[in-house]
Amino acid sequence: MSHSTQSATVPHPAGHSTEEIRRDMRRYLIIGVALMIGTGMTVWASLIDFGSREINIVAALIIASAKGFLVAGFFMHLISEKKMIYAVLACTGFFFLALMYLTLLSMAHGSVIQIR
Amino acid sequence: MESTTHDAHAPPHQEPGFWQKYIFSTDHKVIGLQYGITGLMFLFMGFCLMTMMRWQLAYPGHPIPIVGKLLFRVLGEDMVGKDAAGHVGVMMPGLYNSFGAMHGTIMVFLAIVPLAFGAFGNFVTPLQIGAPDMAFPRVNMVSYQFYFMGGIIMLASFFIPGGAAQSGWTSYSPLATVADMGTRPNGQTFWIIGMVFLISSSLLGAVNFITTIIQMRAEGLTWMRLPFFVWAQFVTGFLLLLAFPPLEAAAVLQLGDNLLHTSFFLPTGLVVSGQHLHVSGGGSPLLWQHLFWFLGHPEVYVLILPGMGIVTEIIACNTRKPIWGYRSMVYSVLTIGFLSFIVWAHHMYLTGMGTRIATFFQTTTMMISIPSVIILTSLFISLWGASMRFNTPMLFALGFLPMFGIGGLTGLPLGFNASDIHLHDTYYVIAHFHYVVAPGTIFALFAGIYYWYPKVTGRFMNEFWGRVHFALSFIFMNLVFMPMFIQGMAGLSRRMYDGGATYAAQDGVVGLSKQVIGLNIPISHAVWALGLAQLPFVINFFWSIRRGKKITSDNPWQATTLEWQTPTPPPHGNFEKPVEVFRGPYEYSVPGHATDFTPQNEPPTAAPAPHGNPLLS
Amino acid sequence: MEIPYSVKPRPDTGLYNAKVGIWLFLASEVMLFGALFCSYILLRVNAPDGMWPHHWLNIWLGMTNTIVLIFSSVTVVLSWASLKMGQFKRYKLYQGVTILCALTFLCIKSYEYHDKFIHYEVILTDGRIADGHIEKGQTTADTVALLGWWPKDEAALMDPPMGHPVEKIEIPRKQIKTMENYGPWHNTYTAIYFVLTGLHALHVLAGAIVIFAIWGPLAKVWEQDPERYINRVEVSGLFWHFVDLVWIFLFPVLYLL
Ligand code: HEM
Ligand SMILES: [Cu+2]
Repeated sequence: MSHSTQSATVPHPAGHSTEEIRRDMRRYLIIGVALMIGTGMTVWASLIDFGSREINIVAALIIASAKGFLVAGFFMHLISEKKMIYAVLACTGFFFLALMYLTLLSMAHGSVIQIR
Repeated sequence: MESTTHDAHAPPHQEPGFWQKYIFSTDHKVIGLQYGITGLMFLFMGFCLMTMMRWQLAYPGHPIPIVGKLLFRVLGEDMVGKDAAGHVGVMMPGLYNSFGAMHGTIMVFLAIVPLAFGAFGNFVTPLQIGAPDMAFPRVNMVSYQFYFMGGIIMLASFFIPGGAAQSGWTSYSPLATVADMGTRPNGQTFWIIGMVFLISSSLLGAVNFITTIIQMRAEGLTWMRLPFFVWAQFVTGFLLLLAFPPLEAAAVLQLGDNLLHTSFFLPTGLVVSGQHLHVSGGGSPLLWQHLFWFLGHPEVYVLILPGMGIVTEIIACNTRKPIWGYRSMVYSVLTIGFLSFIVWAHHMYLTGMGTRIATFFQTTTMMISIPSVIILTSLFISLWGASMRFNTPMLFALGFLPMFGIGGLTGLPLGFNASDIHLHDTYYVIAHFHYVVAPGTIFALFAGIYYWYPKVTGRFMNEFWGRVHFALSFIFMNLVFMPMFIQGMAGLSRRMYDGGATYAAQDGVVGLSKQVIGLNIPISHAVWALGLAQLPFVINFFWSIRRGKKITSDNPWQATTLEWQTPTPPPHGNFEKPVEVFRGPYEYSVPGHATDFTPQNEPPTAAPAPHGNPLLS
Repeated sequence: MEIPYSVKPRPDTGLYNAKVGIWLFLASEVMLFGALFCSYILLRVNAPDGMWPHHWLNIWLGMTNTIVLIFSSVTVVLSWASLKMGQFKRYKLYQGVTILCALTFLCIKSYEYHDKFIHYEVILTDGRIADGHIEKGQTTADTVALLGWWPKDEAALMDPPMGHPVEKIEIPRKQIKTMENYGPWHNTYTAIYFVLTGLHALHVLAGAIVIFAIWGPLAKVWEQDPERYINRVEVSGLFWHFVDLVWIFLFPVLYLL
């Protein structure tokens, strides 16, 4: 197999033409910019005094989750992944939440968890 | 090699040397055997620790016969003391604690899991799914090497100043941090580092197994055609994959507590031996227990599921009938896998978690017993009306069923938090889980060894001595563990250095009766007898390698699954040509078929296969 | 012997082996970091009122590092896309930037660690508290020199007012009751901070080494077996994005909240 033909006809996963890849690359750039903006927003939101720390925490976590979604969804291609991987990740997510929630619940006396 | 990939980087074909073939092998079968041999050695070691501990429990304060002096010489006078008459060889409390902790650790992490998952999983799984090897052969090698390193570190810890870890296999904080505070690094440090190796090994193994089962099933081998053994390994892989990391995290945190003076698990104002401990405080001992048992409970299913898998294969083959309820067994094993992640705090009812959370865990614990019962029941029903072959593997498999049944059913009172208040941390617990892992899993492992031995060596193990081994093991296992239920219900605590003498009833003092404490003596004798009962096995095992009865076919048990459709022993790459599967795993005694078994790779036409199964022509 | 589907995807799952492998591995990583996050939450919830530190870390350094990592994630995914179009040089360039980003991240992180190790809280025998960075040059056998301030009590130390005045402080050692730097032993916050970021930094290091290995020493695989090479880049990229993802949560949790 000669190298020149190889690099010209690198096999793309089905349906990925060069144009599509170019479009994807533009999309990655846009997401990168969005992530930078998100970072700025996190810092900004944390510096505002909402009167209660809970609001800061919730705001920060929402922004972080949105950023996480962008990274996982687009950079890691999770929005168009195979079923098998979704199944594995769904289980993992469930167990992680169980670990966190149940542990927390077992330590909270009374029904409120105080955030410091 | 006619594949799409360029083969310039493929090594020229040549016979690998000794090192490549046996030590740094990437062949799943060799790695399986490495796991098997190492695991059996550790099983023996874990048992030896217990034989010495049992002496101390039966005859507290008396020098250990035979090995007492040797122990004294090797471990020194801090560990091994003198009795009143000046005879050396008395096990000191610290040594009892070390041996107890290491018995648990070795048995769970270095013996049973490596045997059930590492050895049988490695050897059998790729063969049963018709794959040439694991998906990542080199990762497979590395995971064995990590396991080996972890084992060496654990063993080395016996010989360092202060001895091996003393805080139980559960290493509860703050006990694990304040034990042996004078020496750092101490046995606990070694324990943690050893565990990090063992955990990494299991993680790599789990990734490899799951990928292999998902990706490398032979043509036509759909999910519902997988042998139950493969399903069991698949679920086990997920348990290891997702439950171990929290323990790894916890281990790192505890390492911080022990070496860097952090306070992850150390509460504010901790007082040790009347002294205020100088730590920053603010940590939570409960956190360790949560992270530990988040692994700990799935781990017990890691210990049992592969055993169930082995037993299912053997029962199907020796009843010459399809397994009853294969599908419900598959769904059950998946349910077990899922639920086992949300039952962990049933080990923590007595920590003051509160009733709300205890109720939750009690409920899930009761739920998880349902699929276990379904599996056991399916196996029992599979026996119904069969003309069974009572060979050694089958005897062990049949022994497994009631033993696991006892172990499982006695777990229910531990799962209810009301009854657990009484039973928690007593010998009842010891009896309960040993019924699951010792006459349970170990019997399944023995069954597996007798069953697959011909595939590995080309010879059978001796049948007569196999039966002797089974009969004696069965008797003594029960003599060891049955009385422990009685002791436990009478209130004898586990981890007691003197076998409960401290809490003995005396004139005017309520306590443990003479009979209850006295049971320690017959139990210990039964343990030693159980040890002797393994001699027929050991001798048989080595003798049969060269002298055993030769097999006359690659499929000596006339089984249906794919591992028997290979040459014996299977060469590197396993199958001579790619296999194709046409049917489910247990087509025994199909009406109208010439033989009473139909291998999975036999084409559906009645006409003899063109490439010819040697047994059919 | 050839392992099936080590390069080409298996038709029914649509995946090649290493991709299944890396996702399984990442799932276990989720549980690893998940357990540590869980510990963080618990320690924080358990802390006595007003005794959880805030703003102990330099937000701007943390933000810079966040941006560095995000930038590197973009270059990773662009390098992979370039390879798919057969543009090896572009790939080399992008991935080279990734490696530089990784090094930048690690440098900034080590600087922050160092900053914590030279930061001392000194409790005087009269009960006063001095807090600041040690001045190695002026610290002698009998005096300790800090560049810092005098918080009025422990609580003030937990959330130092931004831009509090900094002065030069000299304390005779005789007057010192205890003196401790902000290492992991200082309190549960620094402890979990060092563990979380330390483990994360190890992941950055490991990811950088793998990406570098594929980029440099193993680059010839591109000529021999381009498809395998692209797979390797993809798999190492997935790991890298995960490391980035973890940091996206670590940054607000440790620096901001
Ligand atoms: C068949 C031989 C075995 C015997 C006679 C035996 C006996 C015992 C006894 C008497 C104890 C209680 C020690 C104490 O509380 O002071 C114990 C503890 C334990 N055993 Fe075994 N055992 C055997 C096999 C196994 C196996 C196969 C496992 C595998 C999982 C195992 C796991 C454990 C664990 C985890 C503990 C608890 C250790 C601790 O308290 O931290 N044992 N064993
Ligand atoms: Cu459990």
